[in-house]
Amino acid sequence: MSELRDFVMPSLGADMDAGTLLEWRVKPGDRVSKGDIVAVIETDKAAVEIECFMTGAVERLIAEKGTKISVGTPMMQVRVEGDTSAKPVGQQVLQPTPTPVVAKEVAPPTPTPAATIEAGGVRASPAAKRRARALNVSLATLKGSGQDGAITIEDVEKAGRAPRRDMRGAIAALMERSKREIPHYYLAHDIDMTNALAWLEALNERVDVSERMIPAALFLKAVAVAARAVTAMNGSYAGDRFEPSANVHLGVAVSLREGGLLVPAIHDVDKKTPREVMSALSDVVERARRGMLRGSELTDATLTVTNLGEAGADTVYGVIFPPQVAIVGLGRVTERPAAVEGKVAVRSFVTATVAADHRASDGHLGARFLAAIERALQAPEAL
Amino acid sequence: MTKLNYREALRDGLRDALVREPRAFLMGLDVGRYGGTYAVSRGLLEELGPERVRDTPLSESAFVGAGIGAAIGGLLPIVEIMTVNFSLLALDQIMNNAATLRHMTGGQLAVPLVIRMTTGAGRQLAAQHSHSLEGWYAHIPGLRILAPATVEDARGMLWTALMDPDPVLIFEHAALFGLEAELEGAVTPVDIDHAKIRRAGKHVSLVTYGGTLHKTLAAAETLAKDGIDAEVIDLRSLRPLDTETIIASVKKTRRAVIIDEGWRSGSLSAEISARVMEQAFYDLDAPVERVCTAEVPIPYAKQLEEAALPQPETIVQAARKTVGTHV
Amino acid sequence: MNDLRRIIVEAIADVAPEIEGSALSDDAPLRDQVDLDSMDWLRVIVKVHERTGVNIPERDYRKLVTLSAFVTYLQGAQKTES
Repeated sequence: MSELRDFVMPSLGADMDAGTLLEWRVKPGDRVSKGDIVAVIETDKAAVEIECFMTGAVERLIAEKGTKISVGTPMMQVRVEGDTSAKPVGQQVLQPTPTPVVAKEVAPPTPTPAATIEAGGVRASPAAKRRARALNVSLATLKGSGQDGAITIEDVEKAGRAPRRDMRGAIAALMERSKREIPHYYLAHDIDMTNALAWLEALNERVDVSERMIPAALFLKAVAVAARAVTAMNGSYAGDRFEPSANVHLGVAVSLREGGLLVPAIHDVDKKTPREVMSALSDVVERARRGMLRGSELTDATLTVTNLGEAGADTVYGVIFPPQVAIVGLGRVTERPAAVEGKVAVRSFVTATVAADHRASDGHLGARFLAAIERALQAPEAL
Repeated sequence: MTKLNYREALRDGLRDALVREPRAFLMGLDVGRYGGTYAVSRGLLEELGPERVRDTPLSESAFVGAGIGAAIGGLLPIVEIMTVNFSLLALDQIMNNAATLRHMTGGQLAVPLVIRMTTGAGRQLAAQHSHSLEGWYAHIPGLRILAPATVEDARGMLWTALMDPDPVLIFEHAALFGLEAELEGAVTPVDIDHAKIRRAGKHVSLVTYGGTLHKTLAAAETLAKDGIDAEVIDLRSLRPLDTETIIASVKKTRRAVIIDEGWRSGSLSAEISARVMEQAFYDLDAPVERVCTAEVPIPYAKQLEEAALPQPETIVQAARKTVGTHV
Repeated sequence: MNDLRRIIVEAIADVAPEIEGSALSDDAPLRDQVDLDSMDWLRVIVKVHERTGVNIPERDYRKLVTLSAFVTYLQGAQKTES
């Protein structure tokens, strides 16, 4: 028993309404399983690998490379084997396309999309070609708006600046929404890091350079442990209620060198060892900077951590990433005089903050959450 | 400030030149007693006398030739030819003598002659009085070709042309004679080396001159309502062409439309298009468009004449085509 | 000397491609010239280790303030090891 199902453009965030298909990773006849990467699309924020949400065989590709596709619009058909009674999640959003323009773009059932590119190359103006070389934009992925569909310099420039300028726009929209909708409250707590850093240094001494760990990995693990203890910080707020999450997927704020910010998620940080957290962090930061994140990484975070201490700030008061309900900020680690057992000693401190959604929790829980982070960091060997 | 029309501006320019420069004189068919076919020189014979304003027999070849001789002899003749169509009778004099003598005598002879003539259609004067052949003259080395499109240029270009040591042809478009503008009192000579940007814009360069300038400006206004910001370049000098101004504009707007009342084939518009391609190819974002006169002898019937000529609507169309779906 | 400098500059350029390697000054603090966070810095240290074999302990990071200090440090370390 098999059934043809549409694979539709997924929504990779509340602020996404369309994506541009950059590349198909599958072709008709290929077997696909849930979680396989089937295509690369470009959103306002980044190029994203999108994962299949069904298992079966690719029947035909509908969407053409370079076209903009609305969320919910069919991109390919998959012949799904076996029990087809339970509908995959993606099906729910399948609706008639709201914009007829887009529908026209994806409608013609061309089995081989590449064949539409005319012999002799892409139709583009001389100015567009020159600018495309300078901006390293592939003309093949663009749709022309000039005479007879020729690609013009503005098409190229739009594509060239899209990740950056639109990322600014996306950040603006999201942060605006956060500050408009979320009643933030803020708490700060100084955490003694002396033991944790000594433990880390001793560990790094023993291992190969490539195995070294940075404090951020410890911080993340400690936050995850605390999030398990105080569940009111970890989850999402939607439809007037808070929904705690069973998983702890930590969003990590990664600032891009050319400006802008991405917050990819590291999955199940609470279940990872610090070493595993370190390698996941290293991997996700590098891919974020190359603009190659997976869809699930952009949408799955349940709590965000920002570590601006790296840039020298002592204290970070974050803005919550909707629909999450809290963001943890870690400042710079500094040496300060402190009273230890009746004497003054020089100790390393970090100021940890939490900005939390007052609709989901009260300050009391926020304070307990920070205390839990502190506790976790006092026993790094147990992380 | 005085309100002046194009015809009066030409007359003021003429009078000023004849008064200021004793070597200058006007000659041509009906320029004296009749006051000029287009009434440009009306009153000048009475004012300045028959030495300075001379009627000639009906022979373009003879009076243009006489003008060339007078110029070689040290005078500064201003010769009026009724229309560009009739100037063909004097083409031998213009091309083989006026344009070549400095070259053929190794610089010993100069021909500081100015020839004025009307050009262009739009007045239902049919196929023997309506053509725009200034592009042909712009083909000839040794001549300077001017096309005043504004009242100010109509008044000021003559003096600058007269001071040029070589022959200058001034093409006055017949449809412009009624054009009015406010000008400062005195005649002020104008620069004749440079094109002028009559309207600054950023989306498309509309390159034109003479009689089509005002149609082009009207088209630019229409385009502006659609959010297309057109730059309008008035060439003013057709030879030499101010290529620099054209190219700078096209590099800015990346699109060009050339509007020329001449025919398309082998024309001035073709030359400009070629230069844009040669010098701004990598800056172009759309093929160069041309709006020219239909390749027919100019019709007599009003609707047909209008249909044959560049019009604001056809200019708008061409500009939109270069801009595509942008803006 | 020049080899070590080149290795360091290449490692930094690898991690922070927006930096013009040639624009790095020898004696100005690296921190002021390149925006490297601790993850970036670890990657630089790993790359330098791969190319030179020198294992720089964390406590010595503070000695690597400038490009020329970095080079001197690596020279010293290579001498001790050989």
